[in-house]
Parts: sequence; C-alpha cells; structure tokens
Amino acid sequence: MNPLELARARPGPAFTVTFDGREMAALPGQTVAAALWAAGVMSWRSTRGEGRPRGVFCGIGVCFDCLVTVNDRPNQRACLVPLRPGDAIRTQESTGHDD
Amino acid sequence: MTERPHIAVIGAGPAGLAATLAAARHGLRVTLIDAAPEAGGQFYRQPAAGLGARRPQALHHQWRSWQRLREGLDRHIATGHVHHLRDHHVWFVERRPEGFTVHALLGPEQERPVEVRAAAGVLLATGGYEKVLPFPGWTLPGVVTAGGAQAMLKGGLVLPGRTAVVAGTGPLLLPVAAGLAAAGARVAALVESADPRSFVRRFPALAARPAKLAEGAGYAARLVRHRVRTLVHHTVVEAHGDQRLEAVTVAALDAEGRVRPRTRRRIDCDTLAVGHGMLPHTDLALGIGCRVDGVAVHVDDEQRTDVPGVWAAGEATGIGGAVLALAEGHIAGRSAAARLSGAAPDPNGWAGAAGARAELRRFFATLDEAYAPPAHWAEQVTDDTVVCRCEEVTGGTIRRAVTELGAADVRTVKLLTRAGMGWCQGRVCGPAVAGLAGCPETAARRPFARPVPLGVLARAGRDDPEADPDGDPDPEAEADAVDVDVDVDHQ
Repeated sequence: MNPLELARARPGPAFTVTFDGREMAALPGQTVAAALWAAGVMSWRSTRGEGRPRGVFCGIGVCFDCLVTVNDRPNQRACLVPLRPGDAIRTQESTGHDD
Repeated sequence: MTERPHIAVIGAGPAGLAATLAAARHGLRVTLIDAAPEAGGQFYRQPAAGLGARRPQALHHQWRSWQRLREGLDRHIATGHVHHLRDHHVWFVERRPEGFTVHALLGPEQERPVEVRAAAGVLLATGGYEKVLPFPGWTLPGVVTAGGAQAMLKGGLVLPGRTAVVAGTGPLLLPVAAGLAAAGARVAALVESADPRSFVRRFPALAARPAKLAEGAGYAARLVRHRVRTLVHHTVVEAHGDQRLEAVTVAALDAEGRVRPRTRRRIDCDTLAVGHGMLPHTDLALGIGCRVDGVAVHVDDEQRTDVPGVWAAGEATGIGGAVLALAEGHIAGRSAAARLSGAAPDPNGWAGAAGARAELRRFFATLDEAYAPPAHWAEQVTDDTVVCRCEEVTGGTIRRAVTELGAADVRTVKLLTRAGMGWCQGRVCGPAVAGLAGCPETAARRPFARPVPLGVLARAGRDDPEADPDGDPDPEAEADAVDVDVDVDHQ
C-alpha cells in the first residue's frame, strides 16, 4: 500500500523538474516538498550558522524550515509552493543570497 | 433588495466554513479569505486536484460533515452571497473609519498585495498550529511535526519515509499513526508521554462525550490491526543521525514525569512524527487589539471578541478540535448576521450548537489535563541542543541568558540570544524558550502575521495598493521583511 493507492489517485501525467541539476519526476499538484519526499529527498537547505541540513518540519507554512530556492528565487517554503514543469529546485545554502 | 452587510471571514477550516454558511444563510455578504488553494483548513485538507484522488475520504474522518460544508459553500458562492478568496495570506487586519481592511499577500510567492476593504465585521477563524518541545536531534531531516506528516499525506499523498515513530502527547497522535500505517508506512511505535492513570481518574468527565471516546477507541483498534506497538508514559529522549534521522531513543517516565533510569531503548526509524499539543494562531487578533487570555483569543457567549465588530471561533479561541470549531463557527456566524444587520441575536436559534460547545469545551479541558508533555521535559534539553531552529540558538545559550545575564522573561531572552528572532518569529521555539526561562506560555505580539515585503508595507492602504512605480516587486524585499518584524517589536 502507498498513499496514492490508498486514495485511489489517478494523477495527471508526471512532468520533469530538476533538483540541484538532476532530473526528477513530479506529479501535478504536488508541492516542492511533496515531490522531493516522493523522490526520497529529505533535506534541501543548509543552515546559516552551522550548515546543518533541514527539510520539512511543520508542513503547513508556519516554521520556515523547508526554505528552498526555486527558479533562482530563494526562501520559498517548499511545503506551500506547487511545482510546474521545468522548475529548477536548488538546495538553499545559508540565506540563499550568497551566490 | 438592500445591500447585505459585509463580513470578512478569515480562514476556511471547520470554524470559518461553519461561520460563512451561517452568516450567508442569515443575511450577510461574506468574503471568505484563506491561505490554501482549496477550502478545508488543516482538518479537511484535500489532496491537490492534480493528483486525481478518487477516494480522498480514505485519509479523513467526518467526511460527511465536509461534504455538507463543501456543498453549502458552493451553493452560497453560486448565489453570490459568498466570495471565496483562495491563496490569500492575510498579514494584518486594519480598523478604519469606513470599516475593516484585510491586508493579504497573494499566492505561494506572497509578494503581491490584495486588500479587502470596508468590511462591517471580521470573523477570525485562523486555526492553530502544532507545539513541539525540543530534544537532542529534533532538527534532523526526518523529524517532522505529527500534524505536518498528516498534512503532507493528506495534501500531497506522500510519506516522509518507510519506518515511522509517532511520539509526543495529545489526541492528534492516534489519527496520525493510523493514517501513516494505512498509507503503507511501518509505524514502529506510538510513544505517548501521558500517564494512562490520568485518563482513568478523569473517566467520568471523558465519558460525557461517548462519541469522542469511541473515536479514540476506533483509532486504537486500527493501530492494533496494523500491529503498532504503543508505549504509554514514555518519551523520546533523543533522535539519532548525521545527515538525516536513523533512530530514536525512547525511555519510560516516572510518576513525576522524569525519565526513569535504565529504561532507554533505541528504535530504528527514518521518520519521527512528533507533537506536544496545539497552539492558537492569535497574531491577527492581537494586531486588531483583541484581548487574549494566555494563548487564546477571549470571546463571549456569542463568540465576540472585546473589539466591536470582531468575532473569533475555532482553535484561535482555544484548542478543542473540529466539532467544537464547527459549533463555535456557527454561533459566531449567527451572531454576526444579526448584529451587523442591526437586529438583536436570538440565542435560542443556536441552542443546539451552544450545548455542544459547552460539552466539548469541558471534554477538551479534561483531555488537556490528561495529555501532558513530561513535566521535566527541559531536563532532556542538553546545552548543545538547538532550541530556536531558525537562529540556531542552543539550550545552553538560553540558560546562560537566564542564569548569568538575569533574563526573567521571553522578550529579554530573545534580545540577548536571538531566540525567536528568525523566520518563524518564535512560533516554534516560543513554548520551549518560555519553559527554559521559567515563564508562563503567553501569546507573542507580532506586528504582522507573516513576513511582508517592504514595498507592500509602504503602499498598504493607498488607493492603488498594487501600483508599483518601480515595476515588478523587488525579490530582495521579502528577505528584508524579516528584519521589519524583528525591529518593530511590540511584545
């Protein structure tokens, strides 16, 4: 059993996005965080102070732990932002404004 | 036909939907403003439309209530009495001579402003979010809030990993564990810190709501069916891993709520879904100047706040679950409909909802006493445990601010250590910082409910709030907005 089977989902056709340059499949309607989880990726930010990995924590837009760079815009909450075909997701280093 | 009085309802969860339906049915024009792409809030969160879920109810209970609310909303939208604004993130409600102005930011980008103006009334149904107390390793990827695991499952049909431990305290843990198991995760353990004896002692009060007890028993039966091991009066003392979660250590608690020696055991897992109860969202209420008692918005029998024209319902007024939120929302909507139309409300019209509200408030007050984080949770917070996740402030730094620098309140700790100054503005670490500093939990005053681009702030309230002399919104402005929150500290 998986969640898609449980909800008897018939998603629209998957599309391709990139995560740190690697191609990755995403389903229509999935947020950045959902697609990354589905691909087995749990972290996509390294913190400003200690450089520690972070990913989803609250999952509802409150904690800002899941900040990520999407199409060169840093500080997007991965748990809120839906993906579109061709989106380029990048691991956010520090504040995201360093590079 | 005379123009219907206009009310802005903020939040489209159970309370906001019930309020919207009641208000529209009884003569108001409602603008329902919600941050999500679909109505439902957290409780009725639906899978994204593109996922084509044909059986979304597999992830929900009270599905029929949701269907009734959804159909009612659609009906009122069709008649033009309700206007549903999706993807609108409200950051401030302003009192102006001509009525209330609701300031929101549009879409997930949250850079473009929208204003809903001249509302005669405002109804706050802003819901709540999960409280999590820190422990070593809780910042590792794979450690998520219990509600967050559920939200990602309901909305995105995804799991964080293969093997989960669900831990903490509160009535949310049961449905989260049952949901993860049903969706195919192996739930290695459900770890609840409450002492089962505290439920036995309170059984008469809890038995007053047999439907709620049956709901709990139903989840318990599903956990048995999925062979989920339940450890009561236990707590997670540490999460292990380097780049991500690999295991947790759990331990039994003694009668005082301290970790019992020699009871530690390690459980391998790649997911820890953890929560210690819920907190109300009170930012908008505090921004309008509503009285807040402790952490919840104060309301009277009609769900009125102490600010004329402002009602509140649901988790914002105290945590009590979806059924209570429906009752409160209904009452608030009825009261607002009468009062904004210049009529005296007739409480007999909502006697059923008022009865349910009284019973459920009693029930949840009792439940709240029974469910409790370990009394001495702070002893597990080592000096190098990160407490403020945003600013990476450790337990040791916060303790030094208290013991060596004399900080006696959360605000002073914040000024000395930066705990609570980051992106989340202390929403996550607030309870922990208060606990470590020995202060009661109170609702923090934040000037705005979310980060606001400086350009939006500069133009707010103008006749053309979207007009921007410099062209597109400045992408840098959003990051700068955090500093505004920090500097304008009204706590």
